[in-house]
Amino acid sequence: MRLIGWAIALAAAGLTPVAAQGQTNTPAQNATATTVPTPPAGTAQNPGKPDAAQPAAVVPGSVGHAIPTPGIGEPDGRKGIQDQVTPIGEEALGFHNYWLLPLCAIISAFVLVLLVWALFRYRRGANPVPSRNSHNTVIEVVWTLVPVLILVAIAIPSIRLLRHQYSPPPADVTVKVTGHQWYWSYELPDYGVSFDSYMLKEANDPTRQANQRARTNDDGPPLLAVDNRLVLPAGKVVKFIVTADDVIHSFAVPAFWLKQDANPGQLHETWAMTNRQGVYFGQCSELCGARHGFMPIAVEVTSPDKFAQWIAQNGGHMPGAKPAAPAASGGNGGGVSTPAPATPGTATTPTPAPNNKNVANRATGNA
Amino acid sequence: MSTTADSLHLKPHEAHDSHHDADHKPGFFVRWFMSTNHKDIGTLYLIFAIIAGVIGGSISGIMRWELMEPGIQVLNRAWPIGAGTANFDEWTHHWNVLITAHGLIMVFFTVMPAMMGGFGNWFVPLMIGAPDMAFPRMNNISFWLLVPSFFLLLGSTFVSGGTGLGAGTGWTLYAPLSTSGSSGPAVDMVIFSLHLAGASSILGAINFITTIFNMRAPGMTLHKMPLFVWSVLVTAFLLLLSLPVLAGAITMLLTDRNFGTAFFDAAGGGNVVLYQHLFWFFGHPEVYIMILPGFGMISQIVATFSRKPVFGYLGMAYAMVAIGVIGFVVWAHHMFITGMSVDEKMYFTAATMIIAVPTGVKIFSWIATMWGGSISFETPMLWAIGFIFLFTVGGVTGVVLANGGVDTYMTDTYYVVAHFHYVLSLGAIFSIFAGFYYWFPKMSGRMYSEALGKLHFFLMFVGVNIVFFPMHFLGLDGMPRRIPDYTPAFAHWNYISTVGYMITIAGVGVFFLNLIYAFTAGKKAPANPWGEGATTLEWTLSSPPPFHQYSTLPRID
Repeated sequence: MRLIGWAIALAAAGLTPVAAQGQTNTPAQNATATTVPTPPAGTAQNPGKPDAAQPAAVVPGSVGHAIPTPGIGEPDGRKGIQDQVTPIGEEALGFHNYWLLPLCAIISAFVLVLLVWALFRYRRGANPVPSRNSHNTVIEVVWTLVPVLILVAIAIPSIRLLRHQYSPPPADVTVKVTGHQWYWSYELPDYGVSFDSYMLKEANDPTRQANQRARTNDDGPPLLAVDNRLVLPAGKVVKFIVTADDVIHSFAVPAFWLKQDANPGQLHETWAMTNRQGVYFGQCSELCGARHGFMPIAVEVTSPDKFAQWIAQNGGHMPGAKPAAPAASGGNGGGVSTPAPATPGTATTPTPAPNNKNVANRATGNA
Repeated sequence: MSTTADSLHLKPHEAHDSHHDADHKPGFFVRWFMSTNHKDIGTLYLIFAIIAGVIGGSISGIMRWELMEPGIQVLNRAWPIGAGTANFDEWTHHWNVLITAHGLIMVFFTVMPAMMGGFGNWFVPLMIGAPDMAFPRMNNISFWLLVPSFFLLLGSTFVSGGTGLGAGTGWTLYAPLSTSGSSGPAVDMVIFSLHLAGASSILGAINFITTIFNMRAPGMTLHKMPLFVWSVLVTAFLLLLSLPVLAGAITMLLTDRNFGTAFFDAAGGGNVVLYQHLFWFFGHPEVYIMILPGFGMISQIVATFSRKPVFGYLGMAYAMVAIGVIGFVVWAHHMFITGMSVDEKMYFTAATMIIAVPTGVKIFSWIATMWGGSISFETPMLWAIGFIFLFTVGGVTGVVLANGGVDTYMTDTYYVVAHFHYVLSLGAIFSIFAGFYYWFPKMSGRMYSEALGKLHFFLMFVGVNIVFFPMHFLGLDGMPRRIPDYTPAFAHWNYISTVGYMITIAGVGVFFLNLIYAFTAGKKAPANPWGEGATTLEWTLSSPPPFHQYSTLPRID
């Protein structure tokens, strides 16, 4: 009892300071934070990068720094599923919003109406003498079989959705995604690009080091914006090969209807394809230790031309006019195919990888 | 009987069944610390569950307080659990300690002890006409294993768990976060805690099964047993079959952590997903362990206050058996995104949805029990009605989550948190309160205050819905579980949810006021305060029952 009182007191006491701090994370404070120190070209952080490809600072709107559209690819406080931009996502969204959700509502409302009616009609005042009726075979069979039929009506589109999820078209681009405590690293083996992706901290975050770029509104919402986005071409089938090198993480992009656990020692495959250019945010979705809530995912979908430009900026190379090579084994969903190095966490590519031991300043957006 | 402590001694005040030496009670220490009496042990379990529930509920208060606004504003203070707040990683580790402790406390130390240990011990022997449990001393050790188990869990928060003090692995203890990801003794203590709690439950399950199969009064066939006894029987089998798997899995964690084995370490040929299969092979039956006794209690209560026998008794009993059986073959629906093949997903999707059928049978049978009845609305009935509707809501979101393709989006988001709190916090806990108010007069010999009981119900009904319904929105909008801070888009519904917690806690406060009222000023309870609808055997005894009952076994025709 005393503990309960303690908890109430704590909860009450908490209101004041919390309210006072309520503005802590308002994005506006960071609007001018783009002027961060930029390392000179060709430093140890970006060895061998072509100098010409390095902008002096982040240019909002440039490839890798597209400005997110509010309400798309990020949460916006709505009471439903985020807008979907992939065919799988659209199918699943329709299945949920126009079939599962109405069924749930109807069943719940039906039970509620029956319940309220029974309580009203058979209250003691209205029905002082209860019936002794305790069996009715017909109705018992009905309320067993009707739910079975409803479930069959759910199962058919559900199984169809699963089949579609697991039947990807041949892949155009392959991305190896590796979860670490607590950041993601991405590798596009066919393009010779690999880099790490860390959450951008707020300008007033005391844990942000002086050489770390602070988040701006152009990067995305707090706790979702990252320093180096994964950039992908629109209209292309992207195969994600997901793994981890320490504990289990989970790679999730809600707007793609995509979530795949990143298991150390295993490679799992999933895929996405969208025609819509934009920025799509996600968060690690499997408890992975202290900073589980602070390793977001940001995917920027752009035109194939800009994608090629991004590849070049990051020291990679286009495999050719027609990226046919990675598509070979893409047809078998759930299977494991390994165009990527099989050992998790040891991404080695022809191009120099950035120093991934620290949250280094990569204000240029280059990896 | 003027003080609380005296009342808890449960003195029988009627010579109803006690003309032998049924009333002879041992002294305080022997009675409460070396107890072999099922009613005393049941009381101990209930007191234990209430204390654990207050601790677990306070932890959720800290969590809701932290989540009330974006940013870290609570974890950076000093706390008794997971103390040690020097740097950011320790704050956020502290968060993981809180979610771990909240889950484990509520599952293993609140719901299970209250339902099986508390109500099961108290009322299974009374309802089947048995003088006591089959193995009274084993019953005692079942309870007293739980106490050191709880201390191990609480104690783990004061020792290192790697990043900070306490085990920050989540209640599921997934490897490798719980092995290579958490150095220090905290996770080992949690594992030992679960070993003890598991042993306690297995012994209890053996006791219930033996008692129910062998000690029913003459004429009490299996098909005449009250549904609460059926529910405990099914639950006992689930415990007996599932807990050894958990014990094995966490022992493998222990040896992976300390003795160089590599069951769950890919570098040594192990498999991290294997742990999840073992855990959920236990974990899914566990969720039915937490709700089936509630089903049983709701059946008794609905029948009592409708003054009608339960509708479709056999269907109700075998629906629980079906839920128990199917509950063992659906475990991997907790693991849809771990990299399963499409065939596995299709199977687990279909199998999971099948559980909705027996569950639907139960919901409709409860309503049919009310249909044609003469319903009165005492406090236990209110909780039962609340249970039926809210469990339905939690059930339909369960059907949504059962779809492997849809679950891709929802899993590990707040949608799942909303779902399982609807079936547990609004399901299991509502049924525990229903059972508590229903049997409180029988257990204590005192009447509680109807006004306070109803106030408690309405505050909590409103409160928990405000806490948990917005979590559906948060989950659909993409908020992941188990994060201490969130992007501002999630702020609105999180704030609402925390307001709901405050209403809920006020309701819990009324509950304790009601307890104080009952023990200090409550009217003496008659043998049967609920009238002609209460037909089970416990209402034929005095309130409270004599220390030893049924020296002459009742006969059931």
